[in-house]
Order: sequence, then structure tokens, then C-alpha cells
Amino acid sequence: MNYIDGFRDPDAAARYRVTLAQLGQELADQGGRACFMEVCGSHTMAIARFAIRDFLPPAVTLVSGPGCPVCVTDPGYIDAAIELAGQGKIIVTFGDMMRVPGSRSTLAKSRAAGGWIESCYSPVTALELARAHPEREIVFLAIGFETTVAPVLAMLDTARRSALPNLTLLVAFKLVPPVLAALIADPELKIDGFLCPAHVSAVIGANAYRPFAENHGVACVVAGFEPLDILYGVEGLLRQKIAGRATVDNQYNRVVRPEGNPVAQRLMDHYLMPAAVSWRGLGVIPASGLVLRPEFAQFDAEQRHQLTLQPGRPNPHCLCGEVLKGKIRPAQCALFGVACHPDHPLGPCMVSSEGSCAAEYRFASGVTP
Amino acid sequence: MNHDHILLAHGGGGRLSHQLITQEILTRFGSGPLASLPDAAALELDSSRIRFTTDGFVVQPLEFPGGNIGDLAVHGTVNDLAVSGARPRWLSLGLILEEGLPLTLLRRVLDSVQRAAADCGVIVATGDTKVVRRGQCDGLYITSSGIGEALPGFDLRLDRILPGDRILVSGPLGDHGAAILAAREGFENFHTPVSDSRPVHRLVEGVASLAWGIRFMRDPTRGGLATVLNEMTTGQDFGMLIRARELPFSPGTAALAEMMGLDLLHVASEGCLVMVCAAEVAEAILEFWRTLPEGEKARAIGVVTADQAGRVILESAIGGLRVVDVPSGELLPRIC
Ligand code: SF4
Repeated sequence: MNYIDGFRDPDAAARYRVTLAQLGQELADQGGRACFMEVCGSHTMAIARFAIRDFLPPAVTLVSGPGCPVCVTDPGYIDAAIELAGQGKIIVTFGDMMRVPGSRSTLAKSRAAGGWIESCYSPVTALELARAHPEREIVFLAIGFETTVAPVLAMLDTARRSALPNLTLLVAFKLVPPVLAALIADPELKIDGFLCPAHVSAVIGANAYRPFAENHGVACVVAGFEPLDILYGVEGLLRQKIAGRATVDNQYNRVVRPEGNPVAQRLMDHYLMPAAVSWRGLGVIPASGLVLRPEFAQFDAEQRHQLTLQPGRPNPHCLCGEVLKGKIRPAQCALFGVACHPDHPLGPCMVSSEGSCAAEYRFASGVTP
Repeated sequence: MNHDHILLAHGGGGRLSHQLITQEILTRFGSGPLASLPDAAALELDSSRIRFTTDGFVVQPLEFPGGNIGDLAVHGTVNDLAVSGARPRWLSLGLILEEGLPLTLLRRVLDSVQRAAADCGVIVATGDTKVVRRGQCDGLYITSSGIGEALPGFDLRLDRILPGDRILVSGPLGDHGAAILAAREGFENFHTPVSDSRPVHRLVEGVASLAWGIRFMRDPTRGGLATVLNEMTTGQDFGMLIRARELPFSPGTAALAEMMGLDLLHVASEGCLVMVCAAEVAEAILEFWRTLPEGEKARAIGVVTADQAGRVILESAIGGLRVVDVPSGELLPRIC
């Protein structure tokens, strides 16, 4: 057994199944139900991969939050990237951006039409292309949450120090706490607890979640990404719900400190400043994003080419915001399965294969082996 | 040949073309039907039941840990024939070369084609070479068609699959896709993934005596195991249950997948066989496979079920159940 297998022990998981069933029964006996949100895309992926939902008692629902950076990317951002590709710039992007719809088209279609668009797994690809093609401008699509920001800034730092004039970023960094705050502001919110991502929390610190628990009564548990971490996190949330408590419970204190990671925070602060940005399906949220500071305008594709990222026109009938707040099931959206399906996603919840709408579309009749 | 790189004239039909063909092609493939460079190869078959397949290869990079585009083309074509229950016999080799391609690289690729063909017992019977301008192709593309003779006894049809049948795989999953990804991203560490590019025809021919119990075979290339199993179950009146704990993965591939967040069920293999067979023959097949290097890590990974019709269900490493979906969109372009 190696280190990772220790977090994937089926016997331990079976014990969580029993515990969660007992707690679920206790909640049901109180006449209660619980709806928890896993905030982050990495949790969503692990929950899907290890079939965590299969361990949940009937009284507990786990919904996917706005933490998949690709899904919440505004259509207007995709439009801008397509425009830059059309001007002959080389676009470098994480591969999962390729099929995300803009207002009119996708990067995949733009590439088919002759745009030079490279998909990558690491921002370093952009550096290599910039060196190999000094005559072209390389635009890196800088999207992501707190955790992605640092590696992208490290890449930018290298580009700056080696005086590469032909590399720019199209920035749409997003922050977790403001979007949670925006969700939580809805008095009809049906979320009882947040399963908070360990890696984001390692950067920003567990303290960032305290207002949610203290002012809004939403329990917060910071959990790691291994399946047993997640089951333990759900157990913690369920115990808080049953006890009628809402606190920030940091189950990941081997990495997450209350105040976060000061080095990463300083790097971010040097290059970036907070700004109001637009989220697909949720609209513009104040101070929910990070943009390059004016002194780094030469690296900012938006400023260098005088683009203004128009908030894209999201489909007015898309109810992703309501889905994310736990207020409706995806099937209650009129577009669900009709105009909006996995091969033609309209809202963020359908873009990622693990988004709430995509999951419901595919697993419509449930797994009952 | 005293040029170091491919020139447009190498495809022009003149002296350089002739030189390329005689020095690089005939020296390697000229002992059979190709010897006198006929316009069409003359082939004799004992059987009238033949299998015919074609494929194009555009992998990037051209050389990767575990192989190159040359052996990949041979194995890809051979494996398509083998999983159809055929003994591969003849291949065609179409080369599209980019002006400027280093000749040393072309030679390494052709050497690999020669070695792989000999290993698979197939003959390169016909071919073609074209050269395109710089920038019009990415170094080298290969097209290959293959002819095989149907092996007696195989009747491979989805409608023969029954609940209770076993699902077998002949080796670790996802090694090829992971190797390509690692090569492209420049990951080189102590256990870089190595492509499994290799033939599966011996795995098929060696179990021909049990063919009556073999229902269906595929090789999980693009889209990986998830895609192959979904293709088998979609619209059928049976389902499949596979167990994550039984799935064989190589350590380097598994490590890369952890790091990059890849679902290896969606990642391609190029030397792996997925078979659905009657429970009675499963053990004997696994036992034989494990005597061959290409089947050393063979495993029974799951069963065909009467419920969950049309779906593939995975029992996760921690014992939860979920649906296995096909990947949507492009996962890894140009892996083969
Ligand atoms: S089904 Fe599509 S349009 Fe409707 S809420 Fe979900 S993502 Fe939005």
C-alpha cells in the first residue's frame, strides 16, 4: 500500500457509509434534510471519480458549486479570445476551454476556421511558444481560482525577467469567497454547508470562510481531495447540521493555516488587484476577480489591444444561478435537455461534465444496481 | 543518399524520388510483392473471408517513449484486424513527408515499420510516398490499410453478449495517451509513462480454440476503455459493471494521471485488448495471455449485467457506484 492508497481504503469508506446512514436517519427523524455544496471543481471531480454520492443517505444532497473555473468563464471572455485568434495571435489555453461557448462561437470552431489555438496542461507552454515564434504574439488565457494564479504569475515573472515582448495574458482570474458571498446573500438560499477546497484554503486561509458561518449560518468544512477526506468532510457538515451549529471546521490543518500562504499572497498582490468581474450565469460580482495592475499593462492583452471584455449575453432563460443556489433542480430549467445539453451547453452547469446540469442530464434515471 | 533532409524533389517522380524508393523503401520492404514496384500488389489468399481496414496516423511527437509513428502505424492496423478475429497478412504504407524532414528520422521510422511488420508476420505489400511543402504537414503522416484472413471459429457480435459474461483486458490501460502527453509536456522523471504500442494478434490467435466462448473484442484506442465499453452497451439490453480495484495501470501512468487530474478510463492504449467472453472460458484465456509479454498484466475487470441496461457502471476504489461516461470533446488531439 502506498501513501495515496491509505486515503482510499474501501473498508474505511464502508465505515463512513454506515456512519453517514446513521446521521442521515437522525436528521430525517428530526424532519430535516440537508443540502451541501462542494465549492470547488477538484472536489467535484473526486466526488464523481470515487462515486462519493453513492455513500450519501437519502436526506443529504451534494450539489456542485461555482468552483470550476472553465464553467464560470463569461461568454464575453471567450468572444475576446476568439477575436484575438482572428487577429493572428497564438492563443494558449487549458484544453477544457476549447468547447466552452462564447456568445456566438467556441475556440474549437475558431481553430477549425484557421485560428492558431494551442491547448496545454501547463502555462510554461506559452513561454516556449513565445520563444519559438518571436514574430507572433502569444496570448495565454489566464483563468482560474486562487490556486492557479501563482503558477501563471510565476510564468509571467519569467517572461518579464527574460524580457519577452510577445507574451500577454487575457486575465479572468476569479476568487472563491466573493462568489460564495454572492450566493449566500440570497435569502432563499437552500445551502446548509460548504465543503471548502483545501488547496484554495491553503492560499487564502480558513479564516476567509468565517463570515459565512458566523453571519449566515452556513457551516464550512475545509477538506482535502482524497475520497476519505471528502467523506469525513461530509460527516462534519452533517454533524453541524444536526447539532444546529455553523462554524468553520478546518479538517486539513496539515496544510491549511488560518491566515493562508503569505508568499503566494504577496506575489498575487504584486501583480494583481481585485476587480468586479462577470461570471457566466451569475452576472457581475463586486471584487470577485483579479486583474493585472496598470503598471503591467504591457502584459495585459485586454489593455494592449484596447479590448473591453463585454459581459457576454448569457441566455436569459438559463437558471444556473438558481441551480447553484440549490433553489431548483436542473430539470426545472426550460432549456434543460432541449436547447442546452452536454454537446451544446448554454450555462456553466452544463459545460463541465460534472456540473449539476450535465450530471443530471446524463444520470437522469439514477444508478440503481 | 547525400542529402540530409527531405526535399520537394524526393516526391517529384524524378531521380531523387527513385533514389528514395530504392534506397529507403526497397531495401527494407522489397523482398515481397513490392519487389518490382508494381502499380498493384498481386496477393493470393486461401480463404474467401477477408477483413480489410484502414487508418491514418498523425501522432505528435513523431517519436515518443515506447515507439514512434512507424511502429504505431503497423500496430494500429494489425490490431484493428486482430480484434475483428482476423490474422493480419498484408499492409499498405502511405507516407506523406514534409519538406525538410530529417532523413535520419525517416530512417528510424522506416526501421520501426520493418521491425514491427516482421514481429507481426505481416508484409508491406504496397505503398506510396508524397512530399508536401514545408508547413503543409507536421513532419510525417502515415496512412496504412491492412488485409487479414478471418480466423475460423470467431463469431464476434454484440448480440451474442449475455449477462454473466466476463470482461477482460490484456494489459495496463492508458499508457499510450499518457506517454504522448508526458512527451508533449516535457515531463521526464524517474517513471515517465511508456507507450504500450504493440500488437495484440498473438493474444487473439492463441485463444482461437476458445473462440466459441468469445463474444466481442475491441482495442481501447481513442477515448479509452470508457468509450469502448459504452460503444458495446449503448442501446443493448445488458449493462456492464467494472471494478476500479481490478483495472491494471502502470505506475508511471497512474502517477501522471494523479498529477494532471486525468481519468485513465478515457485515455488511449495502443497495445491492449478488451474482450467480452463467456465465464467458462475466462480463466483459460487469462492464463494463456499471461504467458505472453503483452498479456502479462491481463485482468478480469468486470461482468456483463442484466440490469443497468445500456450503461457501464464502475465500482470505485472505495466501493461507490457510478456511471462511466464517454469523454466529451477533445481530450488529447493527435495521439495516433
Ligand atoms: S440546463 Fe443549461 S440553461 Fe438550464 S440552468 Fe442548466 S446550464 Fe443553465
